[in-house]
Amino acid sequence: MYLKQLTVFLENREGRLDNVTDVLAKNNINIVCLSLADTSEYGVIRMIVSDPEKAKAVLKEAGCLARLTDVLAISMEQKAGSLNRLTKIITEEGINIEYMYTLNSSREAGSMIIKCSDIDKGYEAVKKANLTLVDPETAYAM
Amino acid sequence: MIWNEARECMSRDEMANMQGARLRKLVSNVYHNVEFYRKKMQEMGLEPGDIKGIEDITKLPFTTKNDLRDNYPFGLLAVPQSQIVRVHASSGTTGKATVVSYTRRDIEAWQECVARDLVMCGVTKDDLIQVAYGYGLFTGGLGLHYGAENLGCMTVPMSTGNTKRLVTMMEDFGATAIACTPSYLLHIAEVIEEMGLRDKLKLKTAICGAEPWTEKMRLQIEEKLGINAHDIYGLSEVCGPGVACDCSFHKGLHIQEDHFFAEIVDKETLNPLGDGQVGELVFTTLTKEGMPLLRYRTKDLTSIDHSKCECGRTTPRISKFKGRSDDMLIIRGVNVFPSQVETALLEIEGVSPHYQMIVDRVNNLDTLEVQVEVDENVFSDEIREMENLTKKISAALQSALLIAVKVKLVEPRTLDRFEGKSKRVIDKRTFED
Repeated sequence: MYLKQLTVFLENREGRLDNVTDVLAKNNINIVCLSLADTSEYGVIRMIVSDPEKAKAVLKEAGCLARLTDVLAISMEQKAGSLNRLTKIITEEGINIEYMYTLNSSREAGSMIIKCSDIDKGYEAVKKANLTLVDPETAYAM
Repeated sequence: MIWNEARECMSRDEMANMQGARLRKLVSNVYHNVEFYRKKMQEMGLEPGDIKGIEDITKLPFTTKNDLRDNYPFGLLAVPQSQIVRVHASSGTTGKATVVSYTRRDIEAWQECVARDLVMCGVTKDDLIQVAYGYGLFTGGLGLHYGAENLGCMTVPMSTGNTKRLVTMMEDFGATAIACTPSYLLHIAEVIEEMGLRDKLKLKTAICGAEPWTEKMRLQIEEKLGINAHDIYGLSEVCGPGVACDCSFHKGLHIQEDHFFAEIVDKETLNPLGDGQVGELVFTTLTKEGMPLLRYRTKDLTSIDHSKCECGRTTPRISKFKGRSDDMLIIRGVNVFPSQVETALLEIEGVSPHYQMIVDRVNNLDTLEVQVEVDENVFSDEIREMENLTKKISAALQSALLIAVKVKLVEPRTLDRFEGKSKRVIDKRTFED
């Protein structure tokens, strides 16, 4: 029910991102989407990939610091107010959104990845509001 | 000018006699009053009577910084604690500080030595001196302060920190001398330049110490400010600044050897070395009452010259320091051991002890960056968590080292490792001419 997000620590210097994408490419792992949070000295790259467990293992082998984090993926209509509907529900339940980014977006529909302060509560809130969660396997295969 | 000609220009024979008498008294004192020394001497089969003259000093046991730590804080006192009037402290190799205690007479002897050194630098009682060393547990501020007052100078306890205010007062008061670390003085020189005050100042002498510096840096300071700059040396274990200082001929630092007997020993075998040979500097505190030390190993590497100096003084001179026989660093005048960093890191849950210290000098001020490898235990997908980690490490290091530390998180296994161990320190500063 939760997606496994691949999180990798990157020093903010030349070639570090290239190193990560290179390892993933060589192991035939697709990056479905990503979000990069950066500071002046290092960055944290968050990704949804086709095979998170394998991705973590091969990156670790290559000397990278990688971990898997549980996140929620939520489908929403491609129209004004969709995101607002989601954030309202989360706020009402007293849950904090640590970060969010786009999983997928097309003319007809979109989906977001969100990391909540409490994922179980977040899950319940989304269910209660009748929002559709994206199935992990579907997300990995996007 | 010479402050105490009777002592500083004494013939070598007279000096040896005086040192011999003082050593006999010292050995008998520590044997009877300091358990640590009594045990050490007894283990070696030594009794106070075996020490007849200064030449017998090589029979005595050595003292190390670890001995000071093991007897922390007051285990090496040779007098009752009620006779102690002052305590100073410097960094220990791990956690615990090195504490030194002074009686009233110890303070008097110290200020006598500093007065001699100031006069050696050309300072007189008519000078107005700004003391811009840190005041506190560090011996620099109070050491120079008492010495300058003893000489009769108008003494301004600036301490460190607000450089603009220091320069403003330098102009307003008409300061003629300043005591600070050489790197801080270079920084002050830049501020003077920025404020366009160089021609309005009366500064003529600088007494710099507490960190290693080169002859080139000394000349640079002299040229930048149009002053004379002198090197003053000391270490808190022995008393503080004032143990040795260079005269206007700049051919080594004169040791106040009626108070502090200096030996140079081979850093491996600990055998005594002759004049001109580089080895570890060892001090015996001939007159100290509070915490006298026998043959204290400074870990500073230098050589000694007993020939008479052109300035007329007969006190022996040590050359500028050639380095250290341990891994201690001096950063902004503060002693720092890599082991302190390791100890502090290990105390933070989950943090790996893989680190590297990058020491540099930016705009003439020392900087310390500690790079710490991040591992799975502390790595988070949230930046906030990572920033908290950086803050936590930085606060822990700052409180352990007493200097500001910039912390940088790096990827695992990226720090250089040599023979399975990380190379702990990269010192980018240059001390060679």
